[in-house]
Amino acid sequence: MIVLESLRKRFGEVEAVREVSLAAADGRITGLLGPNGAGKSTTLRMLYGVLRPDAGRVLIDGIDGAVDGVAARARLGAMPHAAGIYPHLTARENVAYYGRLLGLGGAALARRIDALVELLEMQEFAGRRAKGFSQGQRVKVALARALVHEPRNLVLDEPSNGLDVLATRSLRELLVRLRNEGHTILFSSHVMQEVAALCDDIVIIARGQVVAHGTPAELMRRVPGGSLEDAFVQALGGEAPA
Amino acid sequence: MRAFLTVFAKEVAENTRDRRTVLSALLLGPLGTPLLFTVMMNIALARSHESPQRPLELAVVGGEYAPNLLGFLRSHGAKLVEFHGDPATAVRAHERKLVLVVPAQIGERLARGAPVDVQLYTDSSDTSAGADRGRAEALLRGYATQLAAWRLEARGVAPSLLQAIVVDEVDVSTPTGRAVALLGMLSYFILFATLMGGVYVAIDATAGERERGSLEPLLTLPVARSQLVAGKILAAAAWMAVSLTLTVAAFTVSLRFLRLDVFGMATNLGPRVALAIVALMLPFALLGAALMTLVASFTRSYREAQTWLTAVVLVPTVPIMFAALYQLHGRAALMWIPSLSQHFLIDSLLRGEPLSAAAVLSSVGATTAFALALGAAAVRLYRREQILG
Repeated sequence: MIVLESLRKRFGEVEAVREVSLAAADGRITGLLGPNGAGKSTTLRMLYGVLRPDAGRVLIDGIDGAVDGVAARARLGAMPHAAGIYPHLTARENVAYYGRLLGLGGAALARRIDALVELLEMQEFAGRRAKGFSQGQRVKVALARALVHEPRNLVLDEPSNGLDVLATRSLRELLVRLRNEGHTILFSSHVMQEVAALCDDIVIIARGQVVAHGTPAELMRRVPGGSLEDAFVQALGGEAPA
Repeated sequence: MRAFLTVFAKEVAENTRDRRTVLSALLLGPLGTPLLFTVMMNIALARSHESPQRPLELAVVGGEYAPNLLGFLRSHGAKLVEFHGDPATAVRAHERKLVLVVPAQIGERLARGAPVDVQLYTDSSDTSAGADRGRAEALLRGYATQLAAWRLEARGVAPSLLQAIVVDEVDVSTPTGRAVALLGMLSYFILFATLMGGVYVAIDATAGERERGSLEPLLTLPVARSQLVAGKILAAAAWMAVSLTLTVAAFTVSLRFLRLDVFGMATNLGPRVALAIVALMLPFALLGAALMTLVASFTRSYREAQTWLTAVVLVPTVPIMFAALYQLHGRAALMWIPSLSQHFLIDSLLRGEPLSAAAVLSSVGATTAFALALGAAAVRLYRREQILG
């Protein structure tokens, strides 16, 4: 369960995030939808603790990130927008590094990595050095890394960027599977179709503010014609076709 | 396992797979510097050894007026060449190192007992001519003294009356001390090779990590930033320590090939001194690693970090250069200065002088304190949001 309460963040003159509140529930996939520059990445960076909010709170399973950042982040698996991996390490070693930093080790860690390799279908390249991996392979390694400590909550910043059709589909299947296991999943995207296909809840943000939120069905009901695209355009302040 | 040990182990191991790091840390520094040093030393030693035996080459204008002088010079090993033309031009153009001009009236003036002016053309800015000039002047003075002695004897005066004081130079430098004067650069070579061993590790762990986008996911982990920074600094320090050990070992071997004994010199660089040097240098490796990690964390890219760290490698030369310019010797008051204190301690070890416990303690203590201060600054930097760049 992830709750963001009235987050604000300003960089000099630029108000990147004015007012973002949202709740991502257990067992649901929540999509943070917005055009480029809307404040999605800044919001998520405050969520996983690399930026400090000017105001507002981040609650992960009820733990305030500003009060006990270590405990809050231990319950979180994060895949930032730039999720680089180490080219001189193999895929397994990349995952194992994060596992050890999170306090895992020994046979338990090896078993966990085996499970992740299977879950993410990484058998083919798990033992290879990451130099020269395709974008799809890199995203899988980054995902495995974010999941190594079996976090309840998973946050992904534009995870499907640069993925081909097949890789995008297997990512979707994975997220659905994790949701069905009861995880909280929050991901950002600027692609409306992707969010529509996958999400149980949608939060639309523009110019640093939440402009609409609800289930896809609720959002569609608000516009005549009832298409999600129209709802999106209207929420962004454009004119929906009559 | 503590998080900093995980970071340390990963950074150390990962860099063994990077060709550039391995080349610069394990090959270039440890083998290149002793090789370069040995070659330079050999040339310097050979030059200082051969110059007194080489015949003095002297161009002479007007030699036909002074056959006796020419005979004297030849009999003392000078190789004389008849010269026509402008002596000043020839010396300035480095065609001749020395030109002696004998006036036509020399025979007549000597017969009268009047002083004779001869001119010796040299270029005092040409350092390679310095030794030859000294020898030529000594020979001419010798001839003049001989003539004067004959004149006095002919008048019944003992020539020794003119020698009120005789100066005998007694050189008290020990053979080891003389070698150290030449080996004074050795400590700098060791400092340099040590720093080189950690350059790429420090860059890779900071600017490299940010450039390849692996810093942000790392910072999302529930791990204290101080643990991350400590692991990174220690990894660079470990690579420097390996580079240092290999370099000192290579010096210990390569100095055996210098024919120091031929020149009555010796060095104390055996296994025990080598170990002592490595031990005294370890705090410096930690300081170098902390400095490089701090500087590289400020830079925006791998390339920028490379440019900055190339400059940082030169920083330890500054105190050593000042010490050389002002002819400072290892004093307690200077032992808190990193790089300089290591330079003095290594120097003492090579001279075979005993080390004072106070000097060792202040060198190790001050260098470690500087390292911790820079490490703390790096941690502060990593706690800032701007570290993501």
